Amino acid sequence: MANHEPGHSDCLLEVRGLTKVFGELRANDHIDLEIKSSEIHALLGENGAGKSTLVKMLFGSLEPTSGQIFWKGNPVTISSPGQARGYGIGMVFQHFSLFEALTVAENIALSMDDDVSIENISEQAAVLSREYGLPLDPHAHVADLSVGERQRIEIVRTLLQNPELIILDEPTSVLTPQEADRLFETLEKIRSEGRSVLYISHRLEEVQRICDRATVLRHGKLTGDCDPREETPASLARMMVGSEVKSVSNTGGSVTDQVLIETRKLSAPARTPFAVALKDIDLTVRGGEVIGIAGVAGNGQSELFDVLSGEELVDKSDDIRICGKDAGRLGISARRLLGAGFVPEERHGHAAVSSMTLSENMVLARHRSDAAEFLTGGPLKIIRHDVVRKASERIIKEMDVRMSGEDPDASSLSGGNLQKFIVGRELDRKPSVMVVNQPTWGVDAGAASRIRQALIDLANSGSAVVVISQDLDEIFEVATSIAVINEGRLSAAEPSENMTLERIGLLMGGIHGEDAPAADTHLEAAHAH
Amino acid sequence: MELIVAVLLTVTTAATPLLLAAMGELVVERSGVLNLGVEGMIVVGAVVAFAMAQISGNPYLGALCGALAGCAFSLLFGFLSLTLVTNQVATGLALTILGLGLSGMIGENFVGQPGVQLEPIAIPLLSSLPLVGPLVFNQDIIFYLSILSVVGVSWFLFRTRIGLQLRAIGDSHGSAHALGISVIKTRYLAVMFGGVCAGLAGAQLSLVYTPQWVENMSAGRGWIALALVVFASWRPLRVLAGAYLFGAVTIGQLHAQALGFGIPSQFLSALPYLATIIVLVLISRNRRLTLMNTPASLGQSFVPDR
Repeated sequence: MANHEPGHSDCLLEVRGLTKVFGELRANDHIDLEIKSSEIHALLGENGAGKSTLVKMLFGSLEPTSGQIFWKGNPVTISSPGQARGYGIGMVFQHFSLFEALTVAENIALSMDDDVSIENISEQAAVLSREYGLPLDPHAHVADLSVGERQRIEIVRTLLQNPELIILDEPTSVLTPQEADRLFETLEKIRSEGRSVLYISHRLEEVQRICDRATVLRHGKLTGDCDPREETPASLARMMVGSEVKSVSNTGGSVTDQVLIETRKLSAPARTPFAVALKDIDLTVRGGEVIGIAGVAGNGQSELFDVLSGEELVDKSDDIRICGKDAGRLGISARRLLGAGFVPEERHGHAAVSSMTLSENMVLARHRSDAAEFLTGGPLKIIRHDVVRKASERIIKEMDVRMSGEDPDASSLSGGNLQKFIVGRELDRKPSVMVVNQPTWGVDAGAASRIRQALIDLANSGSAVVVISQDLDEIFEVATSIAVINEGRLSAAEPSENMTLERIGLLMGGIHGEDAPAADTHLEAAHAH
Repeated sequence: MELIVAVLLTVTTAATPLLLAAMGELVVERSGVLNLGVEGMIVVGAVVAFAMAQISGNPYLGALCGALAGCAFSLLFGFLSLTLVTNQVATGLALTILGLGLSGMIGENFVGQPGVQLEPIAIPLLSSLPLVGPLVFNQDIIFYLSILSVVGVSWFLFRTRIGLQLRAIGDSHGSAHALGISVIKTRYLAVMFGGVCAGLAGAQLSLVYTPQWVENMSAGRGWIALALVVFASWRPLRVLAGAYLFGAVTIGQLHAQALGFGIPSQFLSALPYLATIIVLVLISRNRRLTLMNTPASLGQSFVPDR
């Protein structure tokens, strides 16, 4: 590798010693990368490993601190996305760079450099989307589309520029397994045309399935360059994580008869045009159970969390029952007093106030449920800082939260550590009902396994746990039964040992799925079993 | 007939400055920038237009200078909020306060002087049509420009590529930047357009509406224009409707006061505001359409990560 001449002719893109420094953080530290023509090249790494920083530099939206990029053997400086496109590099973003208020055709037009009329683009887009098996209606508004459809826009938009290298950032994280299969077919078609793909992922099976080569990053450094098919998932994981990740153990407690959280035919209208209405949600969770709610992002997960946690009240008080009491009209604090705990999806600005310290965040969440302990002075409600600080130290120890300094600001913690604190803050109260939304999103593998273990332990001690997650691996790891949410409807929960990936995938697609005819027959077959 | 024409003429005169200022602000807000300095830009435009018309004797030169003054004033806002990334709300408010003070100072020597007026330009043939002739085709240049701005802005926003880019920036400046659209440059141009429009609206006040200089003569029109843009859901034709409705009720209530219906004058004075808000709220009942047109990144500062 090291004696390789820079600018080797069969390399489409070559990167030598690329480094990006943000303040004191070396997000990328001397990264080397070679992508050949007609190759699907994986860029593997955990969240925060520096994958996104690297591709942003390749696509011109970040400026490298040092290092050199070679395009077809020539040294180049890529200073803007427009320039990257000029060379023939296209990018499909993880958080789509789509404009919700604009139509599909307008979104596509925006990334075209030539002055083509909107009508013309609609036509081209329609032709191309048929060719690659990515059906799209050019006149639909993006806000009305599913995440899978949005990704198609991104891909079609990139293909319209006729690029030689397509960068895909975590493309399957928002897709059902079936949609992902279709994406892989598209990628293989792209490769067969002599184009290359840089495929960013942290999912090992996918990489082993479709990628010809893999570059692995950890903490901004290059830790592996290999043929993924010759590696085992374990060896790839070691390159990614650096050490073995402790696997989650589930000794399995017993399920009690007591229903701790329950909704009956719960419906809630969509609050904004971009939100999802909840329809007839039936959910029953007993003590000792962990219900995993799977689903593609944007199918009503956050809306469901909001009504369960009391962020949004429902019309009828008995639509939601927590620990045997009607809770539909109760606010968050009142529900906490009934014995429930909640962890919302966004860590910053929702679960925690970034600019406040951990102990202050502790008071914000638990000032009612733990008033007797945390507050003093009767009606004056003076905060007992020593008690609060002790409690937060207890959580930090219990959940192994790593941080700098004593009682730092929430914003100074890494995502994984802050999430451990937030989950720990709820667990510390030993809630009899726990509802969490995407508990390990964007969290490193070590912290994720710690959090999952804690949720399982809570259920084993007799509490009811609801885990809303897009990560199917996580769902299978923690859940005793699994339900799927699709367009605001929740399927009946089934024991996880009866669930297969394929079955969940079909439920995720729903009966209202985009490929209704094909899915319907599958679904009927599935129902017949 | 003549009376009707005379009344309707006063309506167009009252509506034109609102329409112009609001069309400018509409473009600014569609790009995601909230410039609360409209009032300040109007009043600076008004005083500069009046002063230049007095000094040169040419009202057209006055109007041009008013527009340029509005533009220059908006550049100050642009520099602060776009380049130095100050808070847009605070900067806009400061701009209004500065504009009101500055215009009082510039205009001190012009108070009470009889002004020169922008004369109507009759469009051949069309101006001799009954009713619409004198009303639409025998007006001053700023009126024509205000109507042109509605057509031009609609066409620009919804039919041109730059208009599309501008809307995209307003919807999500981060995504627009990632696509290689120049967010700051486009916003500068939008802010400057807003300044030109507000400056012209001011020139209309001091050269057409009441051809003289009075301190604070913008009289809150900048705020009305701002409200019109929001209640019109950032749609040009609705801004047109709102501006004329406001103008009509303003004139109507003046006549009602003169006739003395026994309705408290305070209520009548409040009527234009009430009527405009009620009507615009009613036509923007469709929440979906409103949200689709609301620039999602409105008022948010943009700092590209480099």
